[in-house]
Amino acid sequence: MREPKVNIEAPGHLISVTVNGSTRQHVVDDRLTLADFLRERLRLTGTHLGCEHGVCGACTVIVDGASVRSCLMLAVQVDGCDVETVEGLSGEGELNPLQQAFKKNYALQCGFCTPGFLMTLTAALREGPIKDEAEARDVLSGNICRCTGYTGLVQAVLDASKETQA
Amino acid sequence: MSEVAAKSMIGAGIERREDDRLLTGHGRYLDDLELPGALSAAFLRSTYAHANVLSIDADAARELPGVVAVFTGEDLAEIQKPLAPKVMHPQLIDYPRLPMPPKAVHYVGEPIAIVVAESRYVAEDALELIEVDYEELPAVGSTAAALRPGGPMAHEGAETNVAVKLSQKAGDADKAIRAAPHTLTGEFFVTRGGGHSMETRAVAARFDLTTEQLIVWDTTQSPHYARQQLSVIYGMAEDDIRIIAPPDVGGGFGPKAQFYGEEVVIPWVAKLLERPVKWVEDRSENFVSAMMERSQTHRIEVAFDDDGRLIAVRDFVEHDQGAYCAGLQVPSITTSTVPGPYHVPNIYVELLACYTNMVPTSSVRGAGRPQAVFAMERMIDRIAEYLDLDPALVRERNLIQADEFPYEVGITFRDGSPLTYDSGDFPALLSGTLERLEYARTRAWQAEQRERGRMIGIGLAVYVEGCGLGPYEGAKIRLTNKGRILVTLAAAGQGQGYETVYAQIASDALGLNMDHIYVTTGDTSKIPFGQGTFASRITATAGPAVFQAAQQMRERLLDTASILLGCHPAEISFIGDRACRDGDVEKSKTLLELAQVANVGKHGITLPKGVQAGLETSSYFAPARAAYASGAHAAVVEVDPDTGGITVLRYIIGHDCGTVINPRLVDGQVIGGFAHGIGNAMYEEAAYDSDAQPQAASYLDYSLVSATEVPSVELFHIQTPSPLNPLGVKGAGEGGTIPAPAAIANAIEDALRPLGARINRAPVTPARIVDAIQDAAVVDQPA
Repeated sequence: MREPKVNIEAPGHLISVTVNGSTRQHVVDDRLTLADFLRERLRLTGTHLGCEHGVCGACTVIVDGASVRSCLMLAVQVDGCDVETVEGLSGEGELNPLQQAFKKNYALQCGFCTPGFLMTLTAALREGPIKDEAEARDVLSGNICRCTGYTGLVQAVLDASKETQA
Repeated sequence: MSEVAAKSMIGAGIERREDDRLLTGHGRYLDDLELPGALSAAFLRSTYAHANVLSIDADAARELPGVVAVFTGEDLAEIQKPLAPKVMHPQLIDYPRLPMPPKAVHYVGEPIAIVVAESRYVAEDALELIEVDYEELPAVGSTAAALRPGGPMAHEGAETNVAVKLSQKAGDADKAIRAAPHTLTGEFFVTRGGGHSMETRAVAARFDLTTEQLIVWDTTQSPHYARQQLSVIYGMAEDDIRIIAPPDVGGGFGPKAQFYGEEVVIPWVAKLLERPVKWVEDRSENFVSAMMERSQTHRIEVAFDDDGRLIAVRDFVEHDQGAYCAGLQVPSITTSTVPGPYHVPNIYVELLACYTNMVPTSSVRGAGRPQAVFAMERMIDRIAEYLDLDPALVRERNLIQADEFPYEVGITFRDGSPLTYDSGDFPALLSGTLERLEYARTRAWQAEQRERGRMIGIGLAVYVEGCGLGPYEGAKIRLTNKGRILVTLAAAGQGQGYETVYAQIASDALGLNMDHIYVTTGDTSKIPFGQGTFASRITATAGPAVFQAAQQMRERLLDTASILLGCHPAEISFIGDRACRDGDVEKSKTLLELAQVANVGKHGITLPKGVQAGLETSSYFAPARAAYASGAHAAVVEVDPDTGGITVLRYIIGHDCGTVINPRLVDGQVIGGFAHGIGNAMYEEAAYDSDAQPQAASYLDYSLVSATEVPSVELFHIQTPSPLNPLGVKGAGEGGTIPAPAAIANAIEDALRPLGARINRAPVTPARIVDAIQDAAVVDQPA
C-alpha cells in the first residue's frame, strides 16, 4: 500500500518516533495506520497484516512496553513513543532466546504470524515467567497461527520463559 | 541439531533453514517486495448474491486525485475468457467463470471493477465513488434450496441447479441392502469452511517493455498452472510469462492452489498501464472471494450382519459447488473416500454437485475427505450402538488387513485409476491408538464417571487419504559455477520447509553434506514444467524427482572427477566438497573445480577428453497412481449438558505417511492439520443466509481456533512405505484434518448417549448440543 508521493490535500502531521532504538521524524497522513507506517515508510516489513481488524495478532508490535495491534493504531498516535518490532529482537545475527526457542521447537511453519507471536511473547515475558502449559496457552491465545496447531509454540514459550527468567 | 553429515539425512529431524529469516522479520512475502513505481489495486465486488449488472458509473472514481485508472469488466473485454474447471466431467453443465464479469454476478464478492491508484488508501476511497446499478435476482443460499422443486436458479435461465451427478459403484448395494439382516440410515451435514491462510492472496506484476515479458509475483500454490492459464487467456507464449511464487508464502491450504480472476486482471492492467501493479487481498475480501469448501449433506444407509460386518453402503450426497465450477476434484474425492479403510463388498455413492450463489468451492485442507469420513465413521458408531457392540470392535472387524495390499476397492479414484490402496496397516493404527488410550480402562472410567453424572465420551475415527497425485512433478539439479549444488523445484512452498526437506533428500542421493546444497522453488523461469502444491502430493512426487535427479548428478560428478583424477568413478568419494580418489584429499577436485572444468570451461579450448559439458540433471517423477496415507484418531471429551460446553480431555493420533523424511516437519503437518480439523469439528462456519449473503465475514463471526481451543495431541507414527515411489513416501499435509470432525462428533454423541441426543452436523457447537439434547427429550416423550 504505497502512499501517494504528493500528499493530496491533507497537510499531514509531523511525528517523532523511536523505532528499535533509533528516532525518526516523518510527516504522516491522519489515517495512515501504524502498520503501514512501519511497513511502507520505514520498510520494516517483518510486521505483517493478517486481518486488519485486530483479531489475528500478526501485526503485533510493542509501543511503550505494551503489545498492541499495529493495524488498529494510527501512526500519529505513536508520536513521541518507543516502538519495538520484530526486526529489533536479535542483535548481531544472533537469535535471541525466544527466537531460538521458536526454532528449536518448530513453533513456526509459514512464518507469517510469527513476528506477532514473538512481539506478544516478548512483552508478556517481561512481566514475569510463564509457568505452565495452561498459562502459555492463555498468553498465546490472542494470536492466530493456522499452520502449527500451537504445540511447538506452547513448548517454545515454556522454554523461553525458563531461559529468560533463569 | 546442526546440519552435520549424518549417515542418512532422510529421517533426520533437523531444524529448518527457513527459520532464521522468518524469526528476524526478514521473510520475503509478496507484499514485502519492493517494486519501484508500483501502483496499488483494489477490486469493487458484488454486494448481491445474484444480479444483473445494468450499468457501472466510475466517472467520479476516475476523477479522484491519485487514481490512475478504473476498469470495469467491459473495459477489459479482451480478457473476459472462462477460467476453466480444473477437473472436468463430460456431463458437467458449466457456466463460464469470467475474471471480471461485465453483465451478471453470481455471488457476493465477485469482482466487477478494479481501481488502480497511487495508494491502496486512495484506491479504496475510489471504490466508494463507483455507482453500480444492479437488477437483483433470486439467489440460492444452500444445496437444499438449490434442489427444491420450483426454487430459484443460481444461473438465470437454467433448468436445474445440478452441475453434474457423479456416482461410484461396486457390487450391488440395492440388492444387498434389501437382503441384509440389519440396516440403518443417517443424515449428516458438514458446513462450509475456509482455508484462512494468515497471508491472504496477493498478485503483483510488471510488464518489461524491452523484453516484452510479463513478470507476475503470485502467492499461488501452482505457479506453472497459473502460467498456463495466463498464456491461454492472454494469447502469449509461456516463456513470455514468468510466474514467481515468492520464497515465503504465508500458508496455502488449498484456496491458493486455485486460479482466480484477480490473477488475470492484475498482470493485464500492469501491461496496459506500463506500470507495476500490486494487489493484496484484505481479509474482508478473503472472506467473500477466496474459495472455500466442505458443505455437503450425506444421506447414508448401511447394511450389516449380526457381528457388525458391513454388507453394503449407499450414500447420497449433495455437494455445494458454489456459483461456478472451479473443478470437480473435491466431489470426486468425496465419492471415493466413503468406503475408507473398511471392507465394503457393495457400495453405491451418488453425488449431486449443486450450483448455489455462494463463492465457488474447491479444495481446502482435507479436500472432500472429512465429509465422507464424517458420514462413514458416524455410521460405524451407530452400528455399534444398534448391536450393542463396542465401536472399536466393529471397526476392527471391518478393517482391511495388513496382508491385503495392494487392495482394490472396486471403485475409481479422482486421478482416473481404479481405487487401489498401495500399502498400510490399518489394524496396527487402530490398536496402537487404543493402547495409548488404555481403551478398556478409559471405558471403565467413563462408566464410573457417568454414574456420578459426568458426561464423558470416547470417539474413534479411522481414515485413508489418497495423496501424492499425478500427473508429475519435477526437479532440476545443477552444479553452479560457484561450486554449489542447486536443487530447483517447480513446486512452490507455503511453509512446509521445502528448502530443508529437499536438501535432505538430495544430500542422501548425492552423498554430499547438506551444507553444499541449496533449494529454490516456485519460479516458472527456472524449470519449464510443474503442477503445484496440493493434495498432499509434493513429497511423493517432487521427492522422488529430486532423489533421481540427485542420483544422476552424483554419477555426473563422479564421472567428471574420475576423468580429471585419472581413475575409475567407483574410486571417488566425497569428503566435504572434495571428490577424492581413494579417500585421499591430496588427490581430489573440489566442486568448484569440477564446475570450472565442465561448466565454465575455457573459451575456444576443447574440454578434457571424456568430460561431458554442463553439470545439470533433471527428473520428472510421474507416479503410477495415488499413494494412500492412513490414520486413526481417538478423542475423549466431556460435555456439559446444561451449556453444551465441550472439553477435549485427550486426543490421540496414529499416523502413517510411509517413509518420514523429517519427523519434526511431519509432526508439524499432522498437528497443524489437526488444529484445522478441530476448527471444522467445533468452531468454523462460513454461514450464509437464505439470500446467500455471507453472515460470517470477519474473525468476530468466524472462529479460528487459538491455542486455548486446540488440545494437546499424543501422536505416534507407523511407517508402511509406499511401493509407488523410490522413497516410499506418502503425503502428510491433510491427514490431521480429515478424521477430526468425525472423532469429535463420535465422542460427543457417545458422551450424550444416556440422553439419546444425535449429533448430525459439523461443526458441533454448544448451541447445537443443547438443541440435540432437547430434540432427544421431545422424541422420548410418550405420544
